[in-house]
Amino acid sequence: MLQVKLQQTLPTTLDVELHCEKGEVLALVGPSGAGKSTVLRCIAGLQSPQQGLVSCKGQTWFDSEAKLNKTPQQRRVGMVFQNYALFPHLTVMENIKLALDVDKDKHHHHGKQLLEQVNLSGLEQRYPHQLSGGQQQRVAIARALARQPEVLLLDEPFSAVDKVTRRKLYMELNTLRRQLDMPVILVTHDLDEAAMLADSLCVIHQGSTLQQGTPDKVLFQPNNVAIARQVDARNVFNGQLVLDDKSLKIQWYDHLIEVTNTAGFSIGDTVHWTLSPSKVLLHQRVRKSSGEHENPLQGTISEMVCLRGITTMILKIVQTDNRYLQMDLPEHVAMRNGLTIGETISVSLLADAIHLMSE
Amino acid sequence: MDWQAFQVSISLALLTCLSLLPIGLAIAYFLAKSNFIGRGFIEAIITLPLVLPPTVLGYFLLVGMDSNSVLGSLFVSLTGQNLAFSFVGLWFASIIYSLPFAVQPMLRSLESIAPEIREAAWCSGLSKWKTFFKIELPLAWPGIITAMVLSFSHTLGEFGVVLMIGGNIAGETRTLSIAIYDSVVSFEHQQAQSMSLILLAIALVTITLVYTLNRKQTRVAVL
Repeated sequence: MLQVKLQQTLPTTLDVELHCEKGEVLALVGPSGAGKSTVLRCIAGLQSPQQGLVSCKGQTWFDSEAKLNKTPQQRRVGMVFQNYALFPHLTVMENIKLALDVDKDKHHHHGKQLLEQVNLSGLEQRYPHQLSGGQQQRVAIARALARQPEVLLLDEPFSAVDKVTRRKLYMELNTLRRQLDMPVILVTHDLDEAAMLADSLCVIHQGSTLQQGTPDKVLFQPNNVAIARQVDARNVFNGQLVLDDKSLKIQWYDHLIEVTNTAGFSIGDTVHWTLSPSKVLLHQRVRKSSGEHENPLQGTISEMVCLRGITTMILKIVQTDNRYLQMDLPEHVAMRNGLTIGETISVSLLADAIHLMSE
Repeated sequence: MDWQAFQVSISLALLTCLSLLPIGLAIAYFLAKSNFIGRGFIEAIITLPLVLPPTVLGYFLLVGMDSNSVLGSLFVSLTGQNLAFSFVGLWFASIIYSLPFAVQPMLRSLESIAPEIREAAWCSGLSKWKTFFKIELPLAWPGIITAMVLSFSHTLGEFGVVLMIGGNIAGETRTLSIAIYDSVVSFEHQQAQSMSLILLAIALVTITLVYTLNRKQTRVAVL
């Protein structure tokens, strides 16, 4: 297991705490300049924070109190750099052999095995400039694994390849990660990429880690509004908790919104609440659904966008002082219901999916 | 044709460029890695021989090699000979005046290596020495060759400094460029012409080599 605690005030602020179990993929997400790469560099030993502790598999790599700071060479870290940093004067096989940590006579065999693992057999004698972006990434991963690392660090590994290649590489990384039994840290600013590839997410902003948890937990139940903003939560509103029919509800303009989970909050609290756009239910005109009694609202469709089978609509909700709510629908549902811009429709907000947050 | 002067010139140029390989590389490596306040001043001092009139540089070197100076007296006590007007003195002076020709190309090529390449080597378990020999040195090689070629050809063609501190002692400090000057002032144009043609040929070959290598280096840097 990898444990990281970093603190620093200069030259940039760092207040990081994260952990990653073996075999787990942890995505470190945040905007550009949030300090994601700095965290990776501190784990690899390429940079030292003012204070902190980095330990992996029970071994301490960095401990500011004990004045212990192991070099990158002593840390057994596999690092894939953003631009891969392959050695340009060496062939694919030579790049890998240089990092191999086995007897010299076994080098060729191990190198071939690693290339097979990343689907690059047959390209041993090519030079990095003769490879495509995707192939370069695979060599970088093979080289990182050649050292039999105790932790694998991936610094925005998909940023240098085109979208089509990227999707292919996602699948490959998913297959590869099942064969790895070390902690894997993936740095990315792409939330979809993080949610797709990682077992847990850690949100970082201005050098501070804000929340770590499963992708569903972080994306749909952020601890506070700041995290909600970082994970691009699309429906964030505020309201006040009131008692209605023996249960706590959110007074949101003229509406009383039913919420299942109000733990930690009490009557009179001003709260922020969020709801995933996919948890907004459309009331079908032809066939009544069972969810219709749950937080029914009416809204006018002000915008509609369709992307890969999902229609995203922006609804202007009535009696809310022009508040807009986003909802996602399968494209065929939007088409079957003949939804168009300017139309007023009825929707339900699922009480289970509403998440309350403090400031 | 003064073959003795040719031999002095070639030995001086070879010795100078071979000495500048470790010296220039050490200075360039230090400068490429560090970013201290006085770096600009250090670079200026190294580049100074490029802009100073050879007579000025020659004068200071002559003063520095005088038997009353620290360096001069140390050399006298070690060898019993004067440093000024000797082949060793000329060799020492050549290292100084060819220094910018060696350091600059080496520095540029070392600086063109992306820091991630170096870090990738460390993360691959390579020690700093191994990183230098297996990654940095091969990547900086075209710059190093350029440095060697330039310092060789510059030493071969230097006139002012050689005249100031070497004088014109046959077999010791008389180089080809001094011999050409001697031939011209004594109206031996035929001899001056053949020696000049040799220097011209060497200069042309070396400069062609430098341009070819530079193009190769740019290609590697782009990739």
